[in-house]
Amino acid sequence: MLGSLVLHLVLLLVFAPLWLGIIIKAKALFGGRVGAPLLQPYYDLARLWRKGFVFSRTTTWVFLAGPVVGLLVPLLASLLIPFGGIDAPVSFEGDLILFVYLFALARFFTVASALDTGSSFEGMGAAREVTFSCLAEPTVLFALLVLARLADGLSLNQLFGDHLGQAWQGGAGASLGLILVCLFVVLLVENSRIPFDDPTTHLELTMVHEVMALDHSGPLLGMILYGAALKMMVMSALLVRLAVPWQTGWWLTDAGLFLAGLVGVSLLVGIIESTMARLRMPRIPQVLIGTSLLSIFALVLVLR
Amino acid sequence: MTLLGGGLLLIMLAGVPGLFCRSDEHGGERFAALLTLVGAVCIGAAIVSATRGSGELSHTFAWSVPGASLAFYLDPLAICFLLPLLIIVATGAIYGLRYWPHREHPANGRKLRLFYGLISGAMILLLLARNGVLFLMAWEVMAISGYFLITTEDHQAEVRRAGFIYLIATHTGTLALFALFVLLGPSTGSLDFPAAGTLAATGSSLIFLLGLFGFGMKAGLMPLHIWLPGAHAAAPSHASALLSGVMIKTGIYGLVRLTSLFAEIPAWWGWTVLLLGAVSGIMGVALALAQHDIKRLLAYHSVENIGIIALGLGIALLGRSYDQPALIVLGLSGCLLHVVNHGLFKALLFLSAGSVIHAVGSRQIDHYGGLLKLQPWTGAMFLGGAVAICGLPPLNGFVSEWLIYLGSFQALKQPGSALAAAVLAAPVLALIGGLALACFVKVFGIAFLGEPRTTAAAQAHEAPVAMLAPMVTLLVACTWIGLLPTTLHTLLQKAVGTWAGTVVAGVATGSVAPLRWISLSAWLLLLLVVVLFAVVRWRSRTAPRELGTWGCGYRFPAVRMQYTASSFADFLIRLFAFGLNSEEHGRQVAGLFPLRQTFSSHTPDAVLDRILVPAFRAGSWLCRRLRAWFHNGSIARYLLYVIVTVIVLLTLFTP
Repeated sequence: MLGSLVLHLVLLLVFAPLWLGIIIKAKALFGGRVGAPLLQPYYDLARLWRKGFVFSRTTTWVFLAGPVVGLLVPLLASLLIPFGGIDAPVSFEGDLILFVYLFALARFFTVASALDTGSSFEGMGAAREVTFSCLAEPTVLFALLVLARLADGLSLNQLFGDHLGQAWQGGAGASLGLILVCLFVVLLVENSRIPFDDPTTHLELTMVHEVMALDHSGPLLGMILYGAALKMMVMSALLVRLAVPWQTGWWLTDAGLFLAGLVGVSLLVGIIESTMARLRMPRIPQVLIGTSLLSIFALVLVLR
Repeated sequence: MTLLGGGLLLIMLAGVPGLFCRSDEHGGERFAALLTLVGAVCIGAAIVSATRGSGELSHTFAWSVPGASLAFYLDPLAICFLLPLLIIVATGAIYGLRYWPHREHPANGRKLRLFYGLISGAMILLLLARNGVLFLMAWEVMAISGYFLITTEDHQAEVRRAGFIYLIATHTGTLALFALFVLLGPSTGSLDFPAAGTLAATGSSLIFLLGLFGFGMKAGLMPLHIWLPGAHAAAPSHASALLSGVMIKTGIYGLVRLTSLFAEIPAWWGWTVLLLGAVSGIMGVALALAQHDIKRLLAYHSVENIGIIALGLGIALLGRSYDQPALIVLGLSGCLLHVVNHGLFKALLFLSAGSVIHAVGSRQIDHYGGLLKLQPWTGAMFLGGAVAICGLPPLNGFVSEWLIYLGSFQALKQPGSALAAAVLAAPVLALIGGLALACFVKVFGIAFLGEPRTTAAAQAHEAPVAMLAPMVTLLVACTWIGLLPTTLHTLLQKAVGTWAGTVVAGVATGSVAPLRWISLSAWLLLLLVVVLFAVVRWRSRTAPRELGTWGCGYRFPAVRMQYTASSFADFLIRLFAFGLNSEEHGRQVAGLFPLRQTFSSHTPDAVLDRILVPAFRAGSWLCRRLRAWFHNGSIARYLLYVIVTVIVLLTLFTP
């Protein structure tokens, strides 16, 4: 228990910013540039953490609460999920709902801290964030229902257990494929990646997630970026486990396989970001409703 | 029993001594609050001693009214409803001392206090009653006192209208209940409630439908919620807290009690309740998002939460129809715990909203702004209530929603049977949760954060201690259930046993839902957040605060440029346009040198303003036309009616 707890936290805390580096590198290569070094996100975080704080007159303590909760929630949520073949250190019946609601808590405080600045740009981003994630929520639940149907229990550890390998080959392969796609879309939405949101755009008016952090600077911005990296890794971990449900039994090879899977997800995100244009804002709800329908279809397939 | 009866009388008659005091002095109101507190403590003590003993308390006295007896019975099911009631009644009574003092409201202060006591006592009586006549009497006292609470400020036309709609709705519901008890009578031989699980379900569909209508009307299930938004907005805040936190739950209590009487439950009952719950939940929160008035918004959230409670009840009913103990235990525990939770956090939200209204003098969210700086305590309390109502860990809303989620996931274990469709409750709950989050982040963000939008908001003051202490009490109760849900475990277990009989004897809530883990993760979350927050706060203690918010290059931002509540919700409301039909007045600016334009949006109620009012208007138009045609003053025609009637009677009744 303690060993797996330490392993989980070390894997998460050490490797999380690396995936952002890989995405940036992949985009640079597609653009014909050398790009920033892979470890650039680490340097950025270290630099931000050393800086001082600057606050707007308008803000209150809620302004601090957003980054704090946003950093801690992925950390806690990561304890509930298996990292590849490494079992979750904390696992109990029904922890899947806690997992979903922890991220909702983070969203609540992120959005509240954005509204704390009184800026209409941040208000815009906040409104978009709650709209999109509210539409993504049913998709996640449908996906969890599909997995719960295939598993014996209701903990994420059992949902993403080693029975998935047989399930892929058995009758549930089609459903698993569908929810894999759906969860990938949710990953892109929740982590503000292209085609749903562009973290590198220069126009505040069109941003979703980045605009909410406009007034956060220094260590707070660092916490937001680190929290976002952790969140991305936690959600990718689910995808990796779903797509590559094998385990070797030895923790070192399992960890290696898991990290390789995460490299794969990051490269995929990088490739999508390089080859796709951003969707128009009104299109995003349509895509999300579409994925909900896909996931309902997947549920019907396993329930019949 | 002495404690229980004494407490009941104290609470019920708390407002009476005040009638003999001068209307502009505060002697009567303090005495009333004291009586209420003592009464609540008495009943609390009675409950504790009952749970220490057998867990039940029963007394029957003869009564000369035909068919009636003074049958009192305290069981775990009633305790689940009594506990939040006592807390809310007591905190509301103290809150009212400063929120609605006699000195500022000489015209209606005494009336408010009298009916506040009457409705509280009537609700306690109703939860204890085991006889149809006694139940209906308590029900009517509650309904009528509710009317007087709603119409406290009866000099306003809007308030009178809300009260009138409430009166019509509640009496329509009571009519159904009369029929319900008349139908129940013959099957049991007396108007006393039969023992749980003794009635046969065959031929009782009408009883269930009448109960669903009568109790659903009080609870505010979606198509029957018409009275609720206006009534809760019109009443003073601590009365709204009582109405929304406790009174509408008596409808749920009625449904739970009624369904406990039957030996078996037809499957369609559960499906109906589940469907109504889903509709109430989604449409309630969507309508709430579209509101600009903070109390109307909270009222629509009551509809939403009643929907969540009904989802839990529906799952439990389905569990009984399909003989699945796990579904019963999880569904009903979730339902009852959400009854408690919703009472607590909704009262907290209404009281803190009342404190804001008291300070700013407006109910419009867009008139607030930046209140967290001026009302730090009220703001923190509202934030606590908002986190709780969104069902977020580590507060109490999460625990009950989690139980209902687990209940619906249990249905997955029945592939091939129709029960599997009950899993759809989970995504519905997720959607409700997402929308509730959007709505509460909107209210908190627009009202308490940013810059004050009006001069009234800029001059707001913090509420006095007498108003803050009740809020703190309620927040502590919310946190308690969130952090230590295991303390309520035994009570819920017993209540489920009372409802479902021996079917669930082997299934403990703890075995299907590890509440201990939830408690542990809530503590861990709270601890980590507090520690990291303290670290960041300490590191930033010397940070400069003299700059304004970054305006993206614009130098002269004004407070009116902030995002408003309607803009925040606009994106989501457009997605729900099919059910909301918001009205927009005014035009968009156009051209290079636009003229001054005004814009306003308004979302009327989906059932009352869109269906019922036009339907009744059409009905009255039709009747007027018919009357004008029949009754037009021509003597010849009246003679013709007489002759026709005589001929018809002769042909019908001559052998």
